[in-house]
Amino acid sequence: MAISSTLRGWGFVTPALLWTLAFFVAPFAIMLAMSLATLEGRELIWGFDLANYRRLFGQSFLAGAIVVSLQITLTVTLVSILLAYPLAWIIAFRVPPRWQRLVLLLAILPFWTSYVVRSYSWLLVLSREGIVNKALMSLGVIAEPLQMASTRFATVTGFVHFFVMLLTLTIFANLVQLSPNYRRAATDLGASGWQAFRHVILPLTLPGIMVGAFLTFVLCIGDYITPQILGGNNELTVPQVIMVQLGRRGDFPLAAALSIVLMGLVSLAYLASARWLRLDRV
Amino acid sequence: MRRLQWGYLFVAFAFIYLPVASLVLFSFKDGSLPLPPFEGPTLRWYAEVFGDRRLMAALGHSLMVAVGSSLTACVLGFLAAYGLARHVLPGSVWLRGLLIAPMTVSYLIVGLGLLIVFNQLGIGLSLWAAGIGHVVINLPLCFAIIYASMGAQQQNIERAARDLGAGEVRVITQVTVPMLAPAILAAFFLAMTLSWDEFVIAFLLTRFEVTLPVEIWSLLRSGLSSKTNAIGSIVFLGSAAIVLLLELFIFGRRRP
Repeated sequence: MAISSTLRGWGFVTPALLWTLAFFVAPFAIMLAMSLATLEGRELIWGFDLANYRRLFGQSFLAGAIVVSLQITLTVTLVSILLAYPLAWIIAFRVPPRWQRLVLLLAILPFWTSYVVRSYSWLLVLSREGIVNKALMSLGVIAEPLQMASTRFATVTGFVHFFVMLLTLTIFANLVQLSPNYRRAATDLGASGWQAFRHVILPLTLPGIMVGAFLTFVLCIGDYITPQILGGNNELTVPQVIMVQLGRRGDFPLAAALSIVLMGLVSLAYLASARWLRLDRV
Repeated sequence: MRRLQWGYLFVAFAFIYLPVASLVLFSFKDGSLPLPPFEGPTLRWYAEVFGDRRLMAALGHSLMVAVGSSLTACVLGFLAAYGLARHVLPGSVWLRGLLIAPMTVSYLIVGLGLLIVFNQLGIGLSLWAAGIGHVVINLPLCFAIIYASMGAQQQNIERAARDLGAGEVRVITQVTVPMLAPAILAAFFLAMTLSWDEFVIAFLLTRFEVTLPVEIWSLLRSGLSSKTNAIGSIVFLGSAAIVLLLELFIFGRRRP
């Protein structure tokens, strides 16, 4: 061999490496520098100034956005797990095996439609004149239509709809891998159905739950579309504030600082769930 | 207990399909507000969608960006996976980590980073810029899928081909790629669906010619409308058909 194996290996890896360095690592480094720059009038002054980060905690609407984002994301993650687990369980253990694949496919089919359109269709369902209000009024449950669109409830509903599908997949994948012997052994040793679940099945499915929960956290906290379409203007999430800074104000340094904070939150979530994730296997 | 479980399954599916069902139903409504009561049915809104030049142009742009960026991501991802799986490289753990890193960062941040760079360099925004962004988010995915499918078994066959005198290019094009075709196709289609649906990066990086999600977004500003329902239904039925076809003809076959 004329050229060493290592050198050839580099040849194969280089294009992807250059792409990642040029269009991901370099922009990220510049964004980091940008978050330390300041804006005077329209002019950008590069430097090392933590002013943008101080603003995040000094100005109430910025600190508020971080709190709102965290509250919504944690609510969505928790509610999605609670709704998805029974669904995954029923599909894994009640639906006959030959139908499982079809039921699962049907459950995640709306997952593949346009994300923007999916949020919009929840707007239809939840609006003042929408199906839910009309149904509740004709049943006599409520007299006046409820304000559901443009609220945090709508944002959470839209998110939960999306992430229940995701979590059902990850939990289902975990459940079907479990040998039925575990449950049999537990019941043979005298555990009730609940005890077998609580002490045997649940701990064994924790990896599936955590992978789904981590993905939910990451995708939810960084999402701009759902809160923008469904949430109204009463409270803004971090991605919404970033977009406001980019658009109307042209305040790129502040937007960059907010993005860095967003990444920090995701890193914290990763550290909190790392022992279950095992992403290193990829 | 069992009845309760079937009931839960039913309610869950009602929840999952409620928005999609009302989207499709009211796209046939003979009236511009897609809310009850239902009148019609009419195909008026579908005719309007297909007659809308801007929408059709956006659809074309979306296809171009999706196919172009997925192809690029697959080629780069395949080469990197081959290099890392078949050659000994120093620091290969770090290289893998670096290539996968963009997967952990939200699309908004990827888009913002590129926007800042293009602004600083004075490069105008365009479909090309959006395509570059889509390769950034799809490359880790394509790399990971293809890398995971490169096992020792294929390596033995590659060695056999090399022993029989095939050069590296020939081994790759005639042995490795055909053997890995299912993984490469899966990576390509997954990347295409993600790019086709991607909004934030395309929104930040395009200006005059935009992709379909961005065009739909600008329609949303005018509020609820049956025409938006019609576009949404077309997009839904289109992707549902693709997913079902893939399931039936590519992924379903591996099952007994």
